Amino acid sequence: MSTVAVHDHSVSHDHDHEHHHHDTFITKYVFSQDHKMIAKQFLITGITMAVIAMLLSILFRIQLAYPDKTFPLLTTLLGRFAPNGRLDPEFYLSLVTIHGTIMVFFVLTAGLSGTFSNLLIPLQVGARDMASPFVNMLSYWFFFGASIVMLSSFFVQKGPAGAGWTIYPPLSALPKAMKGSEMGMTLWLISMVMFIASSLMGGINYVSTVLNMRTKGMDLWKMPLTVWAFFLTAILGILSFPVLVAGVVLLIFDRSFGTSFYLSDIVMNGKLLPYSGGSPILFQHLFWFLGHPEVYIVIMPAMGISSEIIAVNARKPIFGYHAMVYSLIGISTLSFIVWGHHMFVTGMNPFLGGVFMITTLIIAVPSAVKTFNWIATIWRGNIRFTPAMLFAIGLVSFFISGGVTGIFLGNSALDIPLHDTYFVVAHFHLVMGSAAIFGMLAGVYHWFPKLFAGRLMDEKLGYFHFWVTFICAYLVFFPMHFMGLDGVPRRYYAMTEFPAFNHWLSVNTFITWAAIVAALAQVSFLYNFFSSIFFGKRATQNPWNANTLEWTAPMEHIHGNWRGDIPTVYRWPYDYSKPGHDEDFIPQTVPLSETMSSNLPHDFEDNPAGLEIYNEWAKANRPSEVK
Amino acid sequence: MQPDIEYQIDIKMGFKRLINSKKILAAFAAVMLMSTNAVMAADAAATPAAGAAATDSGDMWLGVAYYVLLFLLGCVIIAVIGKILKVYDLTLKMQGKKGINWNNIIGIFCIIFLVAGLYGAYWSFTEQGTQILPEPASEHGVQIDQMFWVTTAITTFVFVITQILLFGFLFKYRGSEKRKAYYYPHNNTIEKVWTIIPAIVLTILVVFGFFTWRKVTNTTEVKGDINIDVTAHQFAWEIRYPGKDGKLGQTDYQRFYSVANNLAVSPKDRNSYDDLRADTLVLPLGKSIRINIHAQDVIHSFYMPHFRVQMNAVPGLPTFFKFVPTITTEQMRQRLNDPNFEYLLYCNKICGGGHYNMQKVVRVVSEVEYQEWLSHQKPYVNDQVKQEWKLAEASDKKTPTESNRVALNN
Repeated sequence: MSTVAVHDHSVSHDHDHEHHHHDTFITKYVFSQDHKMIAKQFLITGITMAVIAMLLSILFRIQLAYPDKTFPLLTTLLGRFAPNGRLDPEFYLSLVTIHGTIMVFFVLTAGLSGTFSNLLIPLQVGARDMASPFVNMLSYWFFFGASIVMLSSFFVQKGPAGAGWTIYPPLSALPKAMKGSEMGMTLWLISMVMFIASSLMGGINYVSTVLNMRTKGMDLWKMPLTVWAFFLTAILGILSFPVLVAGVVLLIFDRSFGTSFYLSDIVMNGKLLPYSGGSPILFQHLFWFLGHPEVYIVIMPAMGISSEIIAVNARKPIFGYHAMVYSLIGISTLSFIVWGHHMFVTGMNPFLGGVFMITTLIIAVPSAVKTFNWIATIWRGNIRFTPAMLFAIGLVSFFISGGVTGIFLGNSALDIPLHDTYFVVAHFHLVMGSAAIFGMLAGVYHWFPKLFAGRLMDEKLGYFHFWVTFICAYLVFFPMHFMGLDGVPRRYYAMTEFPAFNHWLSVNTFITWAAIVAALAQVSFLYNFFSSIFFGKRATQNPWNANTLEWTAPMEHIHGNWRGDIPTVYRWPYDYSKPGHDEDFIPQTVPLSETMSSNLPHDFEDNPAGLEIYNEWAKANRPSEVK
Repeated sequence: MQPDIEYQIDIKMGFKRLINSKKILAAFAAVMLMSTNAVMAADAAATPAAGAAATDSGDMWLGVAYYVLLFLLGCVIIAVIGKILKVYDLTLKMQGKKGINWNNIIGIFCIIFLVAGLYGAYWSFTEQGTQILPEPASEHGVQIDQMFWVTTAITTFVFVITQILLFGFLFKYRGSEKRKAYYYPHNNTIEKVWTIIPAIVLTILVVFGFFTWRKVTNTTEVKGDINIDVTAHQFAWEIRYPGKDGKLGQTDYQRFYSVANNLAVSPKDRNSYDDLRADTLVLPLGKSIRINIHAQDVIHSFYMPHFRVQMNAVPGLPTFFKFVPTITTEQMRQRLNDPNFEYLLYCNKICGGGHYNMQKVVRVVSEVEYQEWLSHQKPYVNDQVKQEWKLAEASDKKTPTESNRVALNN
């Protein structure tokens, strides 16, 4: 229904849009179908989930730093999950599991893509709203439901799921194997099915909006890199998430209906269970067929956001726009054939391991190209250090630091001693955890005026937030590499049982304190975020002097995004500091005919008529340059 | 004229706000202090009545209040610094100067971060980097470590160079109103160069990695291999050595798992009868060892980092790892100058509450010591196992379970 209504607007644009809709509180703030409101809903839910997951990580970091100390406060807060002032070992595993699940899926998938795809795709391609606003609304509410179900598992008797965020069976399939495999695991599975439904609805919307609803002149090669990244991310999600549903459904069958898809020859409490013929490795294949594209679903939107922000604030076109797009396409394609690198030592046929190693290391090439292009973009720029720019740079730095260790882990021979150690923890927290969250924060600082009708976040507090978080993230994750190289396994409740690991205790304490400081620094962000919604400085129409379409839309939120016609696009989004132009930016809506003095022959590559006009103009005005 | 007045007003407002916010914060701090006092008072009142437990919880809340106050103090300090900066900025502007040049300040921060960060990385390499695993104690481990050091050299080089370029450029090209950025949208030659160079480097790493990996894992069983069965369950390892025949008896969980025969060794296989059960994993030096890895309940991981050995233990899917130990425990003790050193086998795949303590001592000894040790191990098949075999075979005849399998693994 609503889609029709939106199309109506574009035809009868002479009406004022607000007059059509009498929004009640419910339709405006709760069951809103407006992409900007849905973006805000995703963002605030995502931030809430991020804070929760961060607190969980602080809890288990405290356990790792002080394995022998008791904290009565923990018993007060957590009750049976922390008897006698110490975390229960199985609850520790639940914390790790839920921290990972929330961060990967609820924050960095839904929180990141949900917020910025929803906000930016219609605004940057020039559409009135998403292709299907109703499905878009459903997408948010499924996500919200999934979040509630996931968190509700803290309130069941045996606690939340505890088999790690990868929930490998048989551990997750046998309720008797651990407390976290009872009711909590059932809730985890239900929550994930809802989450995937949400993600699919969102993804289909993003893809169809990008493909069908671009404004006049906005061909694919004039789209900002953000939109390219969201578009490819959505395709990845659509192709890979259903596979996880398949894996999850089979797991539900094994858990509840006595099938043996993943189970074989299981002995529990001295009794042989009636399972035979299944393979736990099957689940790992299904899981990682999603799970690996998933890490690119997490990082690619952050890359797109950073590319855009770096170009805007370096006042320079992004270097190698085409290469950036092709590398995104390359990463997307390759991401489907590398999942086996998570399974080198699982008992998978070792020949397959060799094949997956080759594909995995190939994926480092487009990643390297992206990094070099970012560095080339800031080279000879005129860099404006907004908080958004700093966070975007932080992403590049983390992506390098975490990326190079991927070359170790992607090499199956080196993976033998490194698999499942702290080296892996350090690697993915830098390259996808910290990098993606920095991309998300960059986006929040940059597009805050678009999210919250023309307000800006405080810059100085943003600087403080950036430097403390950035430094602490390195302090937390850098030493972990060396723990991994000493063979310290991840997901250990305590290292105290191993005298050989004693020398890491002081490092663990240090890491925990760095993590606590980083967590406290997020208070400055939360304060800045929520107070700026109401009291932030008023932004101008185009506060960053950016070229993209969203800054031509009115600051106040109106249904349909633009009054009157949707602007037409004439040029690519990266004409920053173009020589011959008096300002250092030329918005996409400015026709080439208005900027004769700055046009280049290159601007008319696919436009012979335009090139002729240009040549004539050049002959008349710049005789020296024409041959 | 007019802007000046505006600035003055701004400044006044700024001061006012500063004073206001200080008042609010002070009031807040006072409330917090009072509530702490109240807690302390309540605590003092409760102590005689409720005894030690109340004191504990009182202490606890006192501790919490202490940290909360500390945090609030931090917030106040940051707020004050923020205000000072604002006032300073406004004063500058009032005097007709430009405000604080944040581009310069952040640019300098970037260069400080670069230098401090690189030094920190260097410190971490030398300090923590020396606490990593000692030299590999197996033949293939040497190759893996070579691979590792080559990769480390390449990646460290890339890491340092790119971070220097990144933060160096940030400092060098920090914004200024006088300059305009250099319009440089693309250069296909450069793009090709930095596509091809990483591709070549990675190809080299891939080729070497591939051959190392094949060498390590593409092993066949040859005569003279010492087969050892290691079975994982929550949260321990069971070890079975072959007897004189050098062959391990096969297992069959569906038919023969029982209390004493908890490794489900099958009586149908004549090799089963002389198998040995052991408590420690003892390995002879320089012999090719083939560990057959099983799991009974959930996935575990057979991890012996000193030998650069790892393979998951998967229920229903036996796996193996073949390697040659090259350094005895005694030699390693001398090299590390640590008389208590032991090689360890531990679990490296999340397997439940006891995952963090699922270890076994591994000893590498000379061939002579190994034979001597082996001769003292108990036979796996004792009277009870024999009895359970009989029971199992008797019930087998009643209900044939052969066709129980739905699908075959592998």
